[in-house]
Amino acid sequence: MWASTHAELTKLVRRPANWLLLAVALALSLTFTYLVPYAGADGPTADRGVASTFPNHLVGNSIGGWPVFAGAIALILGVLAAGGEYGWGTWKTVLAQGPSRLSVYTGKLAAIGLAVLVMVLTLFAAGAVTSTAIATAEGAAMNWPSVGDLAGGVGAGWLIAMMWAMLGVVLAVGLRGVAMPIGLGLVWLMAVQNLLTSVAAPLLDWVAEAQKGLPGPNAGSLVAALGSSPQTPGVAELVGSGQAAAVVAAYLVVFGVLGGLLLRRRDIL
Amino acid sequence: MFPVETHELTKRYGEHLAVDRVSLTVKSGEIYGFLGPNGAGKTTTLRMLLGLVRPTSGRVRMLGQAPGQLAQIGALIEGPAFYPYLSGRENLRVLARYAGVPARRVEIALELVDLAGRGKDRYSTYSLGMKQRLGVAAALLKDPRLLILDEPTNGLDPAGMADMRALIRRLGAAGSTVVISSHLLGEVQQICDRVGVISQGRLITESTVADLRGGARLRVVADPIDAAAARARALLGGDRVRVDGAGMDLDIPHDRAAWINAELVDAGIAVSELGIRERELEDVFLEMTHVG
Repeated sequence: MWASTHAELTKLVRRPANWLLLAVALALSLTFTYLVPYAGADGPTADRGVASTFPNHLVGNSIGGWPVFAGAIALILGVLAAGGEYGWGTWKTVLAQGPSRLSVYTGKLAAIGLAVLVMVLTLFAAGAVTSTAIATAEGAAMNWPSVGDLAGGVGAGWLIAMMWAMLGVVLAVGLRGVAMPIGLGLVWLMAVQNLLTSVAAPLLDWVAEAQKGLPGPNAGSLVAALGSSPQTPGVAELVGSGQAAAVVAAYLVVFGVLGGLLLRRRDIL
Repeated sequence: MFPVETHELTKRYGEHLAVDRVSLTVKSGEIYGFLGPNGAGKTTTLRMLLGLVRPTSGRVRMLGQAPGQLAQIGALIEGPAFYPYLSGRENLRVLARYAGVPARRVEIALELVDLAGRGKDRYSTYSLGMKQRLGVAAALLKDPRLLILDEPTNGLDPAGMADMRALIRRLGAAGSTVVISSHLLGEVQQICDRVGVISQGRLITESTVADLRGGARLRVVADPIDAAAARARALLGGDRVRVDGAGMDLDIPHDRAAWINAELVDAGIAVSELGIRERELEDVFLEMTHVG
């Protein structure tokens, strides 16, 4: 499996689109978590004080985007990694070299897992640098989260991001391509989840209850429990952090296993 | 043990029977041509050999193993497919990792297909012929005992096609078994020892190229051709005479040319041409597959 992981990592690292995704995630995170609140801190409608950008909020600020916006980036990463093989017809090229489908697939998941970890750590590092700069400029105290809190935040961020990446993978394998999986994945992430939360749940009790089992609301609950602002889209504490982490992990596993089963059973056309 | 052996291999997509009970055998060290019109089932069969497509029924053995066990098998299926953002060399390095072969095999494979000078260039900048050669290089990475090439000369210029023929001959001479699917029947005729012809999913023949082409025929151009054909049929029997335009092909030994010439001239028929006509593989193929 290491040989497949090595090969998959080479493909991920050398693909310009993946670096673009990291840059977009970074730009979105810094802009909406730090720059906009900082620039608008004195505005008449400001609802997030500059204090929310200080280092003591690093964990919540660094993972608040994963339930929706940064999650969309992770989903696209997963789709590109698996769906690109269909788009370019490279499954046959790879499998003709002799590795089993399962070993290529697990290598791919391992490489995506590392790439997602790099994304999560990059957002933490960029957030740390930015919050340090803001706190220095404001003359505020540098109160950093504990190592345990940081580790928990990185773990939660990775879990959520990996879940969305796995959704991207299973959509790409199921639909054998790139465009449709990205479209459907983003519609779910950006539109359907929002409609369920803001329109359907307040009107229908069963939708409100069902939300507690869906991936997005559980991701939102997990990051809320770790300090993300509830004013961030998708962030709301609907369930406890333990349940949220378990549900997100369960979705991650289900998506991963389902993708593997589909790849193993279906013909490579 | 044959390098490739299928028994009643069948693939059905819903109502469509893509491959129908194909039983073929490729012998060790031979260059085997797998021929058939578009949509005949060639690529589906090759994909089943490699384990990319699961048979509906039937059995495949490759080097004595089940499909998917490809340690000593190289393949290029339905055109080259690589990562466009990687160079040719990087593509092969990635594939070498999957195959578990040392990186030096990448350089050897690039040299074999004459791509070493362009190995650092991005795959997306390659011409069709270069892409095809990279596909063959990928198939050669493992120094395979069995090589399966689906349309290996697609996109190659005449010099590239000659190089590819020479490479395939070298591989065959070195003891590798090669299976080639091609629609360029002249190519197949030049390099293959045996061929299998598939049409509408069924293997309609499997034979040496020489047997398939049969012996040479005597070509006669005469005027009037109808009278000439009637006289020839009376002398030889109807099944040994085939009229084609202003001439006819006679299935008789060449040394009887003078005799048939004298018989036709005695019957008042003007003979303007006598010659030997060898059947091309293409003629046989078109007859078998009822095309043209």
